[in-house]
Amino acid sequence: MARTLVFLEHHEGAVQKGSLGVLAKAAQVGEFAGAVVGSDVHTVAESVGATVWVADDARLAAPLPQPRVDVLAKLVRDEGYDTVLFAQSVLAADVAAGLAARLGAGLNWGLVDFDGETGTAPALQDTVVVDVGWSTPVRIGIFRAGALDAEALDGTADVRDAAVELEDFSTAAEMVEQAHAEQQGPSIEDAEIIVAGGRGLGEPEKFALAEELARALGGAVAATRAVVDAGWYPYSAQVGQTGKTVSPKLYVALGISGAIQHKVGMQGANVIVAINKDPNAPIFEYSDLGIVGDLHEIVPKLTELVRSRKS
Amino acid sequence: MKIAVCVKAVPDAASGRRIDPATKRLDRSGELAISDFDTYAVEEGLKLKEASGEGEVVVVSMGPEKAMDALRKALAMGADRAVLITDSALENADVLETAVALAGALANEGADLVLFGQQSADGGGACLWAAVAEQLRYPVVSQVSELTVAAGSLTGKRQTEFGYDTIRAPLPAIVAVSDAINTPRYPSLKGIMGAKKKPQETLGASDAAGPGTTVVALNPPPPRGEAQKFEDDGSAADRIVEFLAEKRLV
Amino acid sequence: MSIRPSEFAPPWSTSDAIAPPTDPVDERIEVGFLIVGAGPAGLAAAIRLGQLMEEDPATAERLGDVPVAVLEKGKAPGAHLLSGAVVNPRGLQRLFKGRKRIDEMPFYGEVHGESVLFMTKSRAVRIPTPPTMINHRNYVASLSQLGRWLAEEAEELGVTILPESSAEQLLVDGGRVIGVRTGDRGRGRSGEELGNFEPGSDIAARVTILAEGTQGHLTGAALERFGLRGENPQVWALGVKEVWKVAKPLDQVIHTMGWPLRAAKRYREFGGSFVYPMGDDMVTIGMVVGLDYRDTELSVHDLLQELKTHPRIKQILEGGERVQWGAKTIPEGGFVALPSRFHAPGLLLCGDGVGLVNVPALKGIHYAVESGRLAAEAAWRTLARGMSMRSALASYDESLRESFIWSDLREVRNMRQAFGRGFYVGGALAGAMTASKGHFPPGDAPTERDADQSLISTDRAASYPAADGKLVFDKLSSVFASGNRTRDDQPNHIRIQDKVPRELAELWAHMCPAQVYEVGEADGDGTVKVKLAPSNCVQCGAITAKGGRLTPPEGGSGPEYTVT
Repeated sequence: MARTLVFLEHHEGAVQKGSLGVLAKAAQVGEFAGAVVGSDVHTVAESVGATVWVADDARLAAPLPQPRVDVLAKLVRDEGYDTVLFAQSVLAADVAAGLAARLGAGLNWGLVDFDGETGTAPALQDTVVVDVGWSTPVRIGIFRAGALDAEALDGTADVRDAAVELEDFSTAAEMVEQAHAEQQGPSIEDAEIIVAGGRGLGEPEKFALAEELARALGGAVAATRAVVDAGWYPYSAQVGQTGKTVSPKLYVALGISGAIQHKVGMQGANVIVAINKDPNAPIFEYSDLGIVGDLHEIVPKLTELVRSRKS
Repeated sequence: MKIAVCVKAVPDAASGRRIDPATKRLDRSGELAISDFDTYAVEEGLKLKEASGEGEVVVVSMGPEKAMDALRKALAMGADRAVLITDSALENADVLETAVALAGALANEGADLVLFGQQSADGGGACLWAAVAEQLRYPVVSQVSELTVAAGSLTGKRQTEFGYDTIRAPLPAIVAVSDAINTPRYPSLKGIMGAKKKPQETLGASDAAGPGTTVVALNPPPPRGEAQKFEDDGSAADRIVEFLAEKRLV
Repeated sequence: MSIRPSEFAPPWSTSDAIAPPTDPVDERIEVGFLIVGAGPAGLAAAIRLGQLMEEDPATAERLGDVPVAVLEKGKAPGAHLLSGAVVNPRGLQRLFKGRKRIDEMPFYGEVHGESVLFMTKSRAVRIPTPPTMINHRNYVASLSQLGRWLAEEAEELGVTILPESSAEQLLVDGGRVIGVRTGDRGRGRSGEELGNFEPGSDIAARVTILAEGTQGHLTGAALERFGLRGENPQVWALGVKEVWKVAKPLDQVIHTMGWPLRAAKRYREFGGSFVYPMGDDMVTIGMVVGLDYRDTELSVHDLLQELKTHPRIKQILEGGERVQWGAKTIPEGGFVALPSRFHAPGLLLCGDGVGLVNVPALKGIHYAVESGRLAAEAAWRTLARGMSMRSALASYDESLRESFIWSDLREVRNMRQAFGRGFYVGGALAGAMTASKGHFPPGDAPTERDADQSLISTDRAASYPAADGKLVFDKLSSVFASGNRTRDDQPNHIRIQDKVPRELAELWAHMCPAQVYEVGEADGDGTVKVKLAPSNCVQCGAITAKGGRLTPPEGGSGPEYTVT
C-alpha cells in the first residue's frame, strides 16, 4: 500500500484533467492526497472530492517549478509520503525532477500505469513496454499525458493548509508576463486528439473536412509528408519520420495509406481510426478501427454526429 | 561569459536504438552521435557567445569514452572545449545519478549559463535540467523558445501548453531550450578539421549516488486489441461515433 | 513507335561539374592530397599515403597541416557503401602487408562451399560453377562495415576524414585540376538559403584522387573534360539487396541465374542473384540486373521480392527478419569500357568510378583497393625530387597496366557483352572465353549504351508479389530500412526532363528501387509530367544509366547503411 501525494496542476481555476486522472489512480493504490499550490487557490482545492493540501501564497502565484519543489518536499518530509505522482506537463516535469534531486528519490516518467510498487512505461517509440521500479525510500512518477481517465472522485473535500517555506534560489526566477489562453487549437504535439489528412483527401481544399472534424472533436490537424510536399498544408503539421512524433489519445487518419515513414510518427497513439478507400492500405494493419469507404461521404456525417453529441 | 552546454551522446538512429536484453537498458554499443535535441542548445550557446563578442562555450557530457567522438561535432560547430565524465559505475545511470555527476563537473566549470536541449532523443525523458538545477541551487527555466542575456540576467520565452510565459532570472542559471529556438548550423569544413585540436578532457565521477530506479522487466507492447475493419454501407459515421463513445473520446 | 531514354537528355552538362576556384585564396582550404570518396578505393589510397607518411616524415612535412583529406558525402564512412560481397583478399593483403593479417580484418568468414543454381519458377537445379565464379579462399564481407574499419585505420595514420561533405565541382585552373568545391548545405526546396545555410568551400590540393564509386559525379565530368574516355561507353547493372537475421545458418555461398529473369534476347535481361552467409545468424540476398533491359515494367526491387518467394530461397529466410535494404549500380562494361587514360594534370582516377569490375567473377572491391594503393604511390611520387608532376601521375597508368587488375579484366573482356545476345548464346560464348583465357572469340565486342535500348512494355508488373511486411516488402518500407531520413525540403538533386512520353515515365517509376519517380498528370500529346520524391533517393545511380542524371544532394543525406 502506497502513501501517495499527487501534484494537482490547475489553470484558470480548474484542476487539469491529467492531474485528476493521476489522483484517481493514487486512490486505487493506497492512502492518498492531492496538493494544490498557488495563490488564492482554496476554491480550487475544495472542488476536489478528497484530501487536498493547499499551499496558498502570493509568491506562488506564477506557475514556476522551483517554489513548488520546496512545498512538496516539506510535505513529503513532514507527512511521510512515500510516493509523489504527477501528470506530464512542462511544469510538472520540472517540479518532479527538482523534487527527485531534493529528496534523493528515484524518478520514472512516461508511465501509463502503477500498482503501488511497479510502474509501466512504454519506451523506444512504444516498441517495448518496460516494468519499472524504485530503489529509494521515496518514489516519484510522472504519468504520460492522456494515459489515465479523469474520474471525478466523490469523496468529501478535506482541505488542509501546507506550510510555505521557500529557498532563496527557488524564488530567483520571476514571471514577467504569464501566458494567456491560446485562441487556436492545441499544437499537434500536445493535442490529445488529432485528425490527419493524406493524399486521399484529393485536393488541398478538402483539408477543410479534416479541420471541421478536428474542431468538432476538439483536436488538432496534422498532415502527411505527401500532402506537405504537394503544398496542401504547412510543414509544421507534418507527422512522420521527417516530421513530428505524436502520441495522442485519438488519431483519425483520413485518406492516409500509412507507409512506415508515417507510422513511426504516430504509432504511439492510444486509438487509431482510419478511413481509406483502398482496402489494402497498410494503415489498416495497425489501426483499431478501419473503415474502407469514401471519406468525402463519411467525414461530413461524422462531424455532424459529433457536434450534435456535444450539444 | 562562460556558457556550458550539457549534451548527451546517443546511439545514432541508423544503428537502430534497441534495448539490450541482458542489462534491460538501452543498448549503447555502436556509433554515437549528439542527440538531435542537444544541437539546438549548442547552437544557442554559440549564438550567445557570438552576440557578446567574447566568452567560452564548453560542452559537458556524461557517457562512455567513445562519446568523445560525438562531442567533436559540437567542437566542429564552434564550441571551444569538451568535457566528458566517464566512469564504468555510471554505465546505466538514471536521471538522479546523471544529475549528480553533471552538477559536479558544472560546479567546477563555474559557468554563467548552463544550457540543455529539451529532450533526450533516446530515453524520451524531459527533466534532467531541473534535477541539475536543484543540485547546483540555480534558477531553472525550461522549454525556452527565445532567449536573451544581458547584464547578469536572462529573459526567456517559455512555451507551455497554455501559450508563452516571459520569465526573467539572474545568472548563473540553467535554461533548457526547445527546438523552436533556432536552426543549428552545419559544421563548416574548417570547423570539422579544427575540432581535433580543441581541448578535450575526460573526468572520472566523484562519489556516484547509485541508481534510484530499477528496470524490472521488458515486455513486448500489448497487442492493439480487437482491431475492427469493415466496408462502409452508409452507416460508417454512426459506427465510428459509437466506437469513439465507447472509448469515451467524444 | 518505341522510344529510347537517350532521346530525352537531362538538363545537365559536364560543365556544371567543372569550375574555376571562386573562394578568395586565403579562404580556401589547403590540403596535401585530396581524396573524394571514403570507399575501398579512396580509403586504400588514404591508408597507403598514411603509411608512406609514417615511413618518411620529412617528406610528409611538405604536405602541410592536413596532409591527406577524404571527402565523403554520406553521413559517415560506410553509410553509402553497398555490395554483396565476397571479397578476394588479395588487394587488402597487399595494402596491409606486414601490418595486419586477414583475421584482423572485419570479414564474416572464408567461403566454405558454394553452388550456382539455375532457377525456374518452382525448381532450382545446381549447375557446375563456372570457373570465373569459383570463390575458394575468398571472404564474405559487408562493404559498409569494411569501409568503417578502413576509415578508422586511415584516421590512425593521420588522415582527416570529412563526412557529410559532397564534392560538387572539380576545380580546374589553367588546364590543371587544383581541387574540389564542396556542396552547399542548408538550402530549401527552391534553392533558397535557409537559416543555417552554409556555403560549400574550395578545397585545394596538390593531387586530387577521385574514388567516387559507380556513376562518379566528378569522374564522369573529368573523363569528358580531359578527353579520357575509351572507345566504348560504360554500362551498368542495378543491384538491390537485403540483409536478414536468420534462424538457421547458411553454409554456402549461392549464386542463381534464370528465373525470374527472362532468357529471350529481346528482353535483354542479364543478371542473377546471390545469397551469402554473414556469420551464423545473418544472410544477405540480392538481385542484380543489367540496365540495358528494355521492359518498362521491370523492377529489380520487385524481382528480388519475387525471388524470395521461391521455395529454395524462402526456406533460407524462414523464421528470420529483414534488418536492412539497399540498392546501388555496378559498372559492367569491363575491359573494353575502361577509360583510355586514368590521369590528367593534378588528377588520378580509381575504383568503380572508372569501371574496375570483373563482371563474370562479380568482383571489384579488391581492384578498388589495389587501384587506390597504386594511386597513392603515384601521388607520393609527385613529391619526389627529380620527377616531374606529369611523369609521376603518368606512372599511375603504367602501374595499373602492369597490375593484376589489368590482366584479370583483359581475360574476361567481352563476356558481359556476349550476354547481349541472350542467355544461351551468351552462356556458350562465355564458356568459350573462359576455356581460351580470353583469346577466343578475338577482338573487342562493341558495347551499347543502356539508355540507347528501345523500350517495350509487357505485363511484367502483374506477377510481382504483394507486400506482406514479413517476406515481401514494398519500396517505401524498404527505403526506411536503408536508414534514409533525408529532410524533405532539400533542393531536388535529380535531373530529368519533367515532361516525357508515358512509357519513359513508367520505366523510371518501375526502375527506381526507392520510388522517387511517379507518373504524373497526362499532358495531352502522349506525354506525362513526372512527379518526384527526391528525399526517398538512395543514390543508386540507375537514373543516370537510363536517360537522366543523379547529382549529389546535400552532404549527409541518403541512406545510412551499416551492414550492406
